[in-house]
Amino acid sequence: MRIPEPENEHWDLIIKPKNKWYQLDLGALWAYRDLLLLLVRRDFVSVYKQTILGPLWFFIQPIITSLTFTFIFGSIAKISTDGIPGILFYMAGITLWTYFADCLNKTSNTFIANAGVFGKVYFPRLIIPLSVLVSNLIKLGIQLLIFICIWIYFLIYSNQVTPHWQLMWMLPVLIFMMAGLGFGFGILISSLTTKYRDLTFLIGFGVQLLMYGSSVVIPVSSMNGNVKFLMLLNPLTSIIEAFKYIFLGSGFFDVYWLIYGFGFMLILIFFSVIIFNKVEKSFMDTV
Amino acid sequence: MSTVIKVENLGKQYRLGQVGTGTITNDFNRWYHKVRGKEDPYLKIGETNDRTIKGNSDLVWALKDINFEVKQGEAIGIIGRNGAGKSTLLKILSRVTGPSVGDIKVKGRIAALLEVGTGFHPELTGRENIFLNGAILGMTKQEIKRKFDEIVDFSGVERYIDTPVKRYSSGMYVRLAFAVAAHLESEILIVDEVLAVGDAEFQKKCLGKMGDVSKGEGRTVLFVSHNLQAISAFCQKGIILDSGKLHSINEVGVSIQTYMDLMKDFRFNANTSKKDRVNRTSGNASFQKLGCFKDGLINESNWTYKADEDIHFAFSCITNEVCEGLTFYMAFLDTLTEKVITNVKTNITTNQIKTGTIVEFKICIPKGNLRAGQYDLYFAIGNTNTTLFYDVIDSNINIPSLLIIPTSDDPHQNIGYFNTTYSVYEKNV
Repeated sequence: MRIPEPENEHWDLIIKPKNKWYQLDLGALWAYRDLLLLLVRRDFVSVYKQTILGPLWFFIQPIITSLTFTFIFGSIAKISTDGIPGILFYMAGITLWTYFADCLNKTSNTFIANAGVFGKVYFPRLIIPLSVLVSNLIKLGIQLLIFICIWIYFLIYSNQVTPHWQLMWMLPVLIFMMAGLGFGFGILISSLTTKYRDLTFLIGFGVQLLMYGSSVVIPVSSMNGNVKFLMLLNPLTSIIEAFKYIFLGSGFFDVYWLIYGFGFMLILIFFSVIIFNKVEKSFMDTV
Repeated sequence: MSTVIKVENLGKQYRLGQVGTGTITNDFNRWYHKVRGKEDPYLKIGETNDRTIKGNSDLVWALKDINFEVKQGEAIGIIGRNGAGKSTLLKILSRVTGPSVGDIKVKGRIAALLEVGTGFHPELTGRENIFLNGAILGMTKQEIKRKFDEIVDFSGVERYIDTPVKRYSSGMYVRLAFAVAAHLESEILIVDEVLAVGDAEFQKKCLGKMGDVSKGEGRTVLFVSHNLQAISAFCQKGIILDSGKLHSINEVGVSIQTYMDLMKDFRFNANTSKKDRVNRTSGNASFQKLGCFKDGLINESNWTYKADEDIHFAFSCITNEVCEGLTFYMAFLDTLTEKVITNVKTNITTNQIKTGTIVEFKICIPKGNLRAGQYDLYFAIGNTNTTLFYDVIDSNINIPSLLIIPTSDDPHQNIGYFNTTYSVYEKNV
């Protein structure tokens, strides 16, 4: 007769050398939801502490940028704005773009910037990049508010703006895609830079360059042929164009390109979460 | 009691030197072996982690072949020199980093306290930081809310609670941070050397809290410290790590003694040349054998007593030349400050002793005269009249230090007493 092995005991946790690639513990993420919210609060509260204008800076930033763009690209370089008032055109692009860029920049150094905390205490590492998405969402909300104020002004006093009201419901989807892409690229880069820091050099100016390839400044309508195709391969382009199409009435709107962007985002998140998951186990030894 | 932590064949390999282009070839090689389904070639060539000697390989085993089990409610002290692998073990247990080989099985929630104040944000107030830090350590908001008053009370910084922590004194900062950590609720608590913070009052409070956790609340505790007294006070068992290997697991008193022996490579041995010893003089007489006198035997290696035991030392000396009398000197020194706490001088004999005579004597220190703690010992024999010693034995060179372990049922625990005489004067009004 065989004696049953006592090994069949129940263990709450087994610490092993490597995570299985599919071992993503969503339950643990949920258990730490309070931490996510507190981190969001920390980000929001701490940024403008000891400033006089406080959260007003959230307003000032996009307005100044839009004015600068209107002046440089609109008045001096005379780049087409699809017949939309410059300030509104640039602001539409910048609002959404800033969200993506902030998410990407801040998640892309998750491991390096948080090495101090990560080296001392364990919690699901994905909480940090997820909290970045949420805290930037607050900033996006504020900036959308300014955009909408200016947009309403032009809606009333000018006839250049013709929104597509029936597509308004798509706004959350577009924001979600932006968040997903920023998150996906961000954690991918943060995972790849724990050991070899080379990519960090790329990210600084890479994001800047990408902006010009994402129709924030130059609309798709002023491109044609291969250049246009290349620009659309960048999933951000169709999202920003769709946003402009919905709110301003001009722009490039194509459902298939949007579906392509959505698929791109899903695959990106899938692979980057796998890599992130693999790296988080032992990054402390190499970071 | 059931096993709550089971560590099996645990090993952790580190690469020394800088990460650079050399590393990428290693990584490729490792990856190439992996695709072909072969074992990682680098796991085979690692060396034992001894920081003092120069090695041949860049790869060292910070931990290797670690196997042990922890039962529920046990408090275990982990001791070892710097670089023995204590913190690495705790890091793996707390999932900060993964092992290279082997695994750990755990029952129940683990809370790790490798540092106090992890994630404190200088701009946030004390109140905000309590919540943030608590959440980082794994508490829910509800839990923190419930314990908030208790935490603030424990920290003793109530007045500053709504001030950004960057304005705190470093002591206040640490107080608040430890207070949060002390209120963690988990079945298993892992504590790295974090108790040595704050002022004396707060340290006492922390140590008290640790005692409650390990004794009163019946939680499983793993505790790393160089404070051997704290270890002997809280822990029932001791694990000794030496150069990344598990040296031994024992009852805490035995472990500490073993560890102290390990720390002192020198052992008193009558056969070793006297010239090798820094403080041993080649005089008219020399110690042959000395140790604790327990159960009718001289024990040369175990220098541990419980606080409620009488302390006996036994000595054996031999005269190398004719000696005009023999006097024994004994001193107790503080291990940290190396200051003499008390010393004794005893004339064994004032008569002349012939060459080659063996003199044996014992000395007894009744219980309660020495408070619990660690003492360096200093024994010497010499001439009655001069201060020139024939032979000297010193804790730092020849023998381990003496350890007196506090006993919980001893009313004189930790205090000790003097034999005092006093008389009462009558007062005339």
